[in-house]
Amino acid sequence: MKNKEINTLNIVSLNHWYGQGEMRRHVLQSISMEISPGEVVLLTGPSGCGKTTLLTLIGALRKVQDGDMKVLGKQLFGANRKTRQNLRKNIGMIFQGHNLLRCLTAEQNVQMGADLLNGFSYKARRAQSREWLRAVGLEDHLSKLPHDLSGGQKQRVAIARALAARPKLLLADEPTSALDSSTGREIVDLLKKLALEQSCSVLMVTHDPRILDVADRLLRMEDGQILPSV
Amino acid sequence: MELNNFLKKRKIPLAWLLLTRQPLRILVAIAGIAFAGILMFMQLGFRDGLFDASVTVHKLFDADLVLISPRSKSSISMSGFPRRRLIQAMAHRDVVGTTAVNWNFLLWRNPENLSTRSILALGFEPSKPLLIDSDFERKAKTLKNKGRVLFDDLSRDEFGPISSWFKSGRLVETEVSGKRVRVSGIVSLGPSFGADGNLITSSETYLELSPGNPKGSIEIGLVRLKNGSDTEKVVRSLNLSLPGDVKVMSLKSFIDFEKNYWKSSTSIGFIFTLGAAMGFIVGCVIVYQILYSDVSDHLPEYATLMAMGYNLRSLLGVVAREGLILSIMGYIPAYISGQALYALVRSSTKLPVEMSFSRASVIFLLILFMCMGSALAAMKKLADADPAEIF
Repeated sequence: MKNKEINTLNIVSLNHWYGQGEMRRHVLQSISMEISPGEVVLLTGPSGCGKTTLLTLIGALRKVQDGDMKVLGKQLFGANRKTRQNLRKNIGMIFQGHNLLRCLTAEQNVQMGADLLNGFSYKARRAQSREWLRAVGLEDHLSKLPHDLSGGQKQRVAIARALAARPKLLLADEPTSALDSSTGREIVDLLKKLALEQSCSVLMVTHDPRILDVADRLLRMEDGQILPSV
Repeated sequence: MELNNFLKKRKIPLAWLLLTRQPLRILVAIAGIAFAGILMFMQLGFRDGLFDASVTVHKLFDADLVLISPRSKSSISMSGFPRRRLIQAMAHRDVVGTTAVNWNFLLWRNPENLSTRSILALGFEPSKPLLIDSDFERKAKTLKNKGRVLFDDLSRDEFGPISSWFKSGRLVETEVSGKRVRVSGIVSLGPSFGADGNLITSSETYLELSPGNPKGSIEIGLVRLKNGSDTEKVVRSLNLSLPGDVKVMSLKSFIDFEKNYWKSSTSIGFIFTLGAAMGFIVGCVIVYQILYSDVSDHLPEYATLMAMGYNLRSLLGVVAREGLILSIMGYIPAYISGQALYALVRSSTKLPVEMSFSRASVIFLLILFMCMGSALAAMKKLADADPAEIF
C-alpha cells in the first residue's frame, strides 16, 4: 500500500445542488471518477450539463455538499476555507477567457503564478517566468501588456502562468473556445506537452471536437451524470 | 540583512502597478487627497497662527513672573491692580527687578487720511527693562521725553505708513486719544487677534493719553528673578504673601492663559477645527470612491488571483498598500502647497503661520488614516470576488 502512488483525483458519488426549496436543482448526480498522475482527461457534454460546476468543485472553489472527493490526497468534503485555499496553489487553472491581469505585462502575469512558490528568490522566480514564456514561444513579448497581445498569445501567457506555479493538476475550461481552429490545436498540443513534462495531470472541459484526440481518456456528461464510456 | 531578505522574498508590486497603470485615476486620487491635505493645513495653520498671534507681545516680555488682576480675562479685557503690589513683591529675596506696565486700547489717528483706529498702548517706566530685544533699551531712552511713542511696524497698514515715513527721516506726528504724540522709534511686535497694532510709550505719557486711568493702577506687573531660582516655588510663595487683588503666574502660564482664552472662550478653535474636519471628510469620500471603483473594476482579476491560490488576506494587503501609496503621493503635494500658502498668508496678513513639525506630522497621520480607512471600507467589496463565478 505504501508504494502505491496517490491518485490525482478520486471522486465517489458526488452530488451537488443549486438553489433553495422549490427552485432547488440537482446539477450533479452521484458522480464517480478518478484521474491518475500524468493522465490527460477530456470532459465533454452539452452546455448546462454540470461540467463547469464539477470543475469548480475539483478546483476547490466551491464547498462540496455531498459525496467523497479527494484532490491530490486531500479530502474536500467538509474541508475548511484554509485547506481549500492552500490546495488551490497546487491546482493550475486556465479559463475560457484568458483572465490575465490587465495592468501587468506578460512576464509579470506569469510571475504572479511563480510568486506562489515558496523558497525561491525574486530573481529565480523571475528567471523561471521568462523560461516559461520561452517555452510557450513568447520570448519576444515579455514586456507587452495583455492589451497588445493576440487571443492565442494571451492564452499562451495563461498557460505559462498556470504552469509557473508548478501544479500537480491542471484544470482547463474550454481553453480553445475563443481561438480559431489551428491556434486552438497548437494551444492544446502545447498544454499537453508542457503538462506531461511536469508530470501534471490535466482535466479539460471542451466542446471542440477537433481536439478530442489529445486525451488519454474521454468522459461524456449529460444532465449531471457521467455516461458510461463507450 | 533585512533588506537582502526583502529583496529575495519580494513579489510583483501589484498595488503599485494597479495604480500607476491607470494614470488618470491616480491623478484624480492625488489631486483629491492633496486638496483635503491643503484644506487641513490651512485650517489648522490659521487656527494655530491665530493662537500664536494672540501672544506675540507676551512672548517678548523680559520677565520670569507676571502679576495680573484676577479679574483680567484676556489681553482685550485687562483689569487694573494696585502698583504697590510690585513693590511688595520686591521684598521676596529671589526677586531682582520689576516693571509696571499699563496696557489698554487707545484711539490712534492715521496721519495720512486722519481716520482713527483702536491701537494697543503699553506704558512703562523707560528706565526699566520691558522687552527682551537688545536694541530696545536704546529706543526706550527716547521715551523719556514727554509725548513720544514707539510704533510697531508690523501693525496693520490702516494705521498709516508710519515706519516708512519714519525711516525716510520724516518727523512723524499724530494724535492718540486726541493728544499730540511724536513717533520716536520703531519696534517689531506683530498684530494679534485683539490688537491690529501696538505702540509703546512711557508711563507718564500713557497717563496723559488716558487720563481716566486711576493713579497707581497698572494692568501687568513684570517680575524678574535671580538666576537659578525655582520659578514655581516663588509663584507659590508670592501668591500666599500678596493680597487677593493680584494673581502671580510664570511667564509661560501667562502665555497659556492668553492662548486658552482664545481657545476656550471663543469659537475660533471650533470653527477652524471644523474646517479641517470638513477637509478630512472630503478626502475620505474621494479616496473611498477611487479605491472602491478600482476594486470593482478589477473584481474578475482579484477572483482569478484567488482561484490561483492567493488568499483573501494577500488581496486585502494589495488594497491596503494602494491606500498607503496614495496617502504618501497625496501628502507630498499637500505639504509643498501648504508651505507656499503659509508664506502667502504670512506676507498678506502678518499672522505668524509656520509649518510646525507637529502639525505636519498630525496631518500626515490624518491623511494616512483617511486613506487606510477608505481602503478598509473598499475591501468589503473584495468579498464579492467569488472565484467560482469566473468560469
